[in-house]
Amino acid sequence: MASTGARENIFATRMALTNTKLRLKGAQTGHSLLAKKRDALTTRFRAILRKVDEAKRKMGRVMQLASLSMAEVTYATGDIAYLVQEQVKEASFRVKARQENVSGVVLPAFEVERVQGSDFNLTGLGRGGQQILKSKAVYAQAITTLVELASLQTAFTILDEVIRATNRRVNAIEHVVIPRLENTIKYIMSELDEMDREEFFRLKKVQGKKKRDTAAKEELASQSPHDEISQRELGESEVDLLSSKDNDIIF
Amino acid sequence: MSSSTSFKDRQLLAVIGDEDSITGLLLAGVGHVNEQQKKNFLVVDSKTQVSQIEAAFQEFTERKDIAILLINQHVAEKIRPTVDKYQQAFPALLEIPSKDHPYDPSKDSVLKRVQKLFGDQ
Repeated sequence: MASTGARENIFATRMALTNTKLRLKGAQTGHSLLAKKRDALTTRFRAILRKVDEAKRKMGRVMQLASLSMAEVTYATGDIAYLVQEQVKEASFRVKARQENVSGVVLPAFEVERVQGSDFNLTGLGRGGQQILKSKAVYAQAITTLVELASLQTAFTILDEVIRATNRRVNAIEHVVIPRLENTIKYIMSELDEMDREEFFRLKKVQGKKKRDTAAKEELASQSPHDEISQRELGESEVDLLSSKDNDIIF
Repeated sequence: MSSSTSFKDRQLLAVIGDEDSITGLLLAGVGHVNEQQKKNFLVVDSKTQVSQIEAAFQEFTERKDIAILLINQHVAEKIRPTVDKYQQAFPALLEIPSKDHPYDPSKDSVLKRVQKLFGDQ
């Protein structure tokens, strides 16, 4: 009956049994909670997964449009790449991170934050100003899409990681912790039963011995009744300690 | 999670890409030059060394003020092993199409994972 699987190394006592049972209950509660968490995360994850896929495709189209408008600019203005690159000072197009909580997991969501800047005002002063303005707007639109996609993707990466960790925990509890605790309980139970049986057997043995002893004594008594009489005589002839007076002891 | 504390001050976008993509994005106003005269973008042309791209990629992913890193897909293709190995949440890595190279979803490192997850679940 000794447990076959791995078990904890503890003494088989009633207290240990109670403790282990409590721990098993805790593990079961934890398991169900974690499983719930995993389900909630997975639901969210799937929704995000679908959105990521969609957004990526949308980004392809948006970027194509943006490239087209850039081509228009190049056609109208000539090469402005160098000019633009050299004029860069401060970003006017920034993102702000906001937190979102999905069952204890913090997911960041980026938001576009535009700081009013007067960048590149002189670009295309000679010609192509219109195209440049249009291109700016189109690219701003494109970047908004990109930022959305980035937040989805970040959420995707984080959720992926968290789901993996949760899965690992759920599996660990299900396949390692709970069986081990169950084995420990089984082991303690069997040990306690064994002890019970031993105790019972010992008591029986003691009882048997006592019975045998008394029986032997009775037999002995019935065989020699005169022995009893002589004992009674001995009792009567005992000296009365109070009747005689001792001599005073002088130190 | 350690990243949750640090993403508050990530505000910038960084770009690695060809000239046209960069020009467009800069026009929209993503460009930034910080106090150490470090730019948040790298122009890649036919003469750019792969090691240079790698270095820029490392730099941008290690900087603490960048929230999103945009990289042209054909550039990402050049440093594909590094890109595929990149798993961090911050900065978010985004592969974008360029003018001369249409977007191919099957090459995207994130989409690849998406496909895999859809496939085996």
